[in-house]
Amino acid sequence: MLSIDQVSRIFPGGQEALRTIALSIPQGEIVAMVGGSGCGKTTLLRLVAGLDAPSSGRIELDGADLREPSPDVGIIFQEPRLLPWLSVADNIGFGIAHLGKAEREERIASVLLRIGLAGYEKRWPRELSGGQAQRVAIARALVTKPKVLLLDEPFSALDAFTRASLHEHLLALWETERLSVLIVTHDVDEAVTLADRIVVMQPKPGRIFTEIPVQLPRPRDKRSDAFHAMSRQVLDALDGSLSDGPSNAKAASTEATAFWW
Amino acid sequence: MSDIALEKAETTSAPGTTRRGFSFGPLALGLLLPLSLAVILEIGVAKGFFQGRLAPPPSKIAVTLGELISTGEWFRHAYATGWRVALGFAFGASAGILFGTLSGAVPFVRRLIDPTVQALRAVPSIAWVPLFILWFGIFETSKITLIAVGVFFPVYLGVLGAVLSIDRKVIEVGRVFRLSKLELGRRIMLPATLPALVTSLRAGLGLGWMFVVAAEIMGASEGLGFLLVDGQQVGRPDLIVSAIISFAFLGFLTDALLARATAPFLRWRDDLSTSERG
Ligand SMILES: Nc1ncnc2c1ncn2[C@@H]1O[C@H](COP(=O)(O)OP(=O)(O)OP(=O)(O)O)[C@@H](O)[C@H]1O
Ligand SMILES: [Mg+2]
Repeated sequence: MLSIDQVSRIFPGGQEALRTIALSIPQGEIVAMVGGSGCGKTTLLRLVAGLDAPSSGRIELDGADLREPSPDVGIIFQEPRLLPWLSVADNIGFGIAHLGKAEREERIASVLLRIGLAGYEKRWPRELSGGQAQRVAIARALVTKPKVLLLDEPFSALDAFTRASLHEHLLALWETERLSVLIVTHDVDEAVTLADRIVVMQPKPGRIFTEIPVQLPRPRDKRSDAFHAMSRQVLDALDGSLSDGPSNAKAASTEATAFWW
Repeated sequence: MSDIALEKAETTSAPGTTRRGFSFGPLALGLLLPLSLAVILEIGVAKGFFQGRLAPPPSKIAVTLGELISTGEWFRHAYATGWRVALGFAFGASAGILFGTLSGAVPFVRRLIDPTVQALRAVPSIAWVPLFILWFGIFETSKITLIAVGVFFPVYLGVLGAVLSIDRKVIEVGRVFRLSKLELGRRIMLPATLPALVTSLRAGLGLGWMFVVAAEIMGASEGLGFLLVDGQQVGRPDLIVSAIISFAFLGFLTDALLARATAPFLRWRDDLSTSERG
């Protein structure tokens, strides 16, 4: 269980990026986070990853404080951030250098197989396509066998087709590993495809506007009416999150917002 | 326009040759000027149009070079010069790497030493010569110090710039995997700065060859720079040109060796140097 308890982050300039965020993610749940630009999504992921420290509040994983980067938490950034001087295999094995050679190679081989890049181990990052590079980044985060995987708009730079195939990869990995996943996305369909629960954020200061459980059976059919209805719910909530807030006290106008508020 | 250019290219390259003709063309054109000057000089001297005392013909230089080599003189001088460059380069580059890295990685050190280094950089290095001779005498130490000073600056600046421009995003990858400071240096900062390091080492080596000439002209009893002075004093321009050619050759050779030796570590680069399109 990942628990984010009353976490705030105020940057040195006085910018209040997050205000009292409370969010718990049981082991094995996929949570998608959506919200307008600048509402603190990246900030929250960086806090959970231990790359930044909250101004107040606590973040715990199974009862242990997360203050620094932990082997139990993997993060995938918006860009692959592969190390250009390492081959694909060495990039994937970057975080498990302390393991024995045999164990390391076995883990790398097995994860390469699962992301569909077997035979690519000797390539340089510059020889990969965008989607392949992002898959390698996912593999690099997974070989350490984390309990929590954080993804910050990981597929936003990819075309719809590649994105869909990476969704399948991610879900397949999730099914075998039973990871908790916290994914930030701007793509509502992506959120509905992947998540058990969708958290809608609101800016200035960043906080949670509402949470929407997604109870569609998996695998999800993107063409089904239930899927579309779900997407619409999320879109409406997003509208509401942007038009309704203390700093912008205009009354929520759309019906759907009224429904979700 | 482009049609005309194409036609021209086709007529100038021999029939049947395809791409080779194109790459050969510019090279041949570039060689035209020096080669014809050499030929004019050679024929002019042979026919007695001019004496060639101040501008020796190529054949004369070849003979002088051949003599220097066959008597072993060339190797003695080249060794002396090469050894000075090697030592000066080793000291200068080590210091440049050390202080460049420290200055880049530790803000306190940067604030402490960088202003001084930048100020010293403004001094033309040759200006140090009298001081070095006072301090270190007229023998090897002052020469090697001068070369080391010449090598130091480009290496220091190159390394400092490289360390400062390491992408924060890549450093974060290291933090996510909980690398220690030492590991961060070895596994991320070193490889990230390597291309710039190699570039600055090559620049430093070039300056090393430049400063060895200065150091040897100031006074030496052996070395290629001594040959330059000697040739001037005994009025033998062929000796001077032989030494000049030797400098060019050795400078080119050592640079190529350095590039070759470091190439295996830079194969991963994604820029024009590794691009197949050239
Ligand atoms: N290092 C920082 N220093 C100061 N302010 C920051 C810093 N990082 C982010 N902010 C501010 O905090 C707020 C939240 O930023 P954050 O990057 O978390 O937004 P986001 O929700 O990820 O936005 P996007 O969807 O555009 O990626 C923004 O207003 C931003 O300007
Ligand atoms: Mg962001």
